[in-house]
Amino acid sequence: MQSASLVDSLNSLFPPFTSSLPSSLRLQPRFLRILNPPSSFSPAYPLHTDRSTPASLRSPAAGDSVQIPEMAVKDGQDPRIAKISSAIRVIPNFPKPGIMFQDITTLLLDTKAFKDTIDLFVERYRDKNISVVAGVEARGFIFGPPIALAIGAKFVPMRKPNKLPGEVISEEYSLEYGTDKMEMHVGAVEPGERALVIDDLIATGGTLCAAIKLLERVGVEVFECACVIELPELKGRERLGEKPLFVLVSSA
Amino acid sequence: MFAEENGLKGDPRLRAISEAIRVVPHFPKQGIMFQDITTLLLNHKVFKDTVDIFVDRYRDMDISAVAGVEARGFMFGPAIALGIGAKFIPLRKPRKLPGEVISEKYVLEYGTDCLEMHVGAVQPGERALVIDDLVATGGTLSAAIRLLERVGAEVVECACVVGVPEVKGHRGLNGKPLYVLVEPREIENGFSDDEHVKMPMMEL
Repeated sequence: MQSASLVDSLNSLFPPFTSSLPSSLRLQPRFLRILNPPSSFSPAYPLHTDRSTPASLRSPAAGDSVQIPEMAVKDGQDPRIAKISSAIRVIPNFPKPGIMFQDITTLLLDTKAFKDTIDLFVERYRDKNISVVAGVEARGFIFGPPIALAIGAKFVPMRKPNKLPGEVISEEYSLEYGTDKMEMHVGAVEPGERALVIDDLIATGGTLCAAIKLLERVGVEVFECACVIELPELKGRERLGEKPLFVLVSSA
Repeated sequence: MFAEENGLKGDPRLRAISEAIRVVPHFPKQGIMFQDITTLLLNHKVFKDTVDIFVDRYRDMDISAVAGVEARGFMFGPAIALGIGAKFIPLRKPRKLPGEVISEKYVLEYGTDCLEMHVGAVQPGERALVIDDLVATGGTLSAAIRLLERVGAEVVECACVVGVPEVKGHRGLNGKPLYVLVEPREIENGFSDDEHVKMPMMEL
């Protein structure tokens, strides 16, 4: 089960995606402020856009002569973030031309980075009295349950129409072209519960807003939304309005 | 093989798991008694016990990859993978996975469907587990096994929370062993006899 170094694994699996993209398109780790003590919880994060991917994680074949500083543990930066960031693969022009798709499946292949991802969320939420983790179909189903299990919460899947059996409530939300619908089971949550909403990525925030609305309609308090990746140019954070958002990496 | 007959006879967790599953009649169509595992996910202890049973079984089997079938396999697979130190590989419906994939067709009652896996997700010689919430005909799991074997992985076992009684004593799927925790629940008079499931039952 010992894996080869991250560079070798990534290069053998997915050449040349992680190394040949211009720096502006690579994921920038968002530096986390370490939250201590838990009672001083704050949703505000420092916004650093420095590149911090260590030189040792970049392919030597890239031919890029930009000097990257070796990562040091800076104030507020969790050292696990850089590895998580570099484990995410970018696929150009998927699902259509012009979209740089952030593929978290490569993160799931890196056992340490996947575990670190879950740990970072669990550390943040474990003592916050959260009884519900709602995960958005389908990639929210990958991160949500391990977090729920670790913090003692139930897991509630938020699904596309006609997937959940039995009685559901629906919330419509807009897409670039047209609308879609999200559903949640009636009775999955009770009024007064505190919930997290989990998805792999936030773009425009439309999906997360629909999830928040579904939960709030039945009297649940949405404590925070949590994603692995944020695409800040799409302004999802603003769309969430008052609802706090926590992300591990930002694709700036 | 069923867990009860393989080392977990009388294990109280199995009864709790069975009782936490809700039956929804006539979904997605008339005549199908749908085994809804979402109610299991709402019960933290039972959900944790489900994952623990699989982790206890597989942790010393040198398994480096857990492949979960979209979408309910995603709800169980990653926690098991994390518990045994394996990677997680999503097996998805067509055109969901970005980048290069391999595809395997399988037969439905009417027509066919397709399962996809990323090229390079698993290496030849790796030992893999396949996870889904339920096995009925075994068509989906068979497609999953074929995908993994095509790239040279060894499928050690397929594991599901629920399995129809027909799989009991079966030789397995494509010769691969199948491990199942509970049989499908039946309901009487439209109501569950379980007191722990808080969600309202469908009235017939």
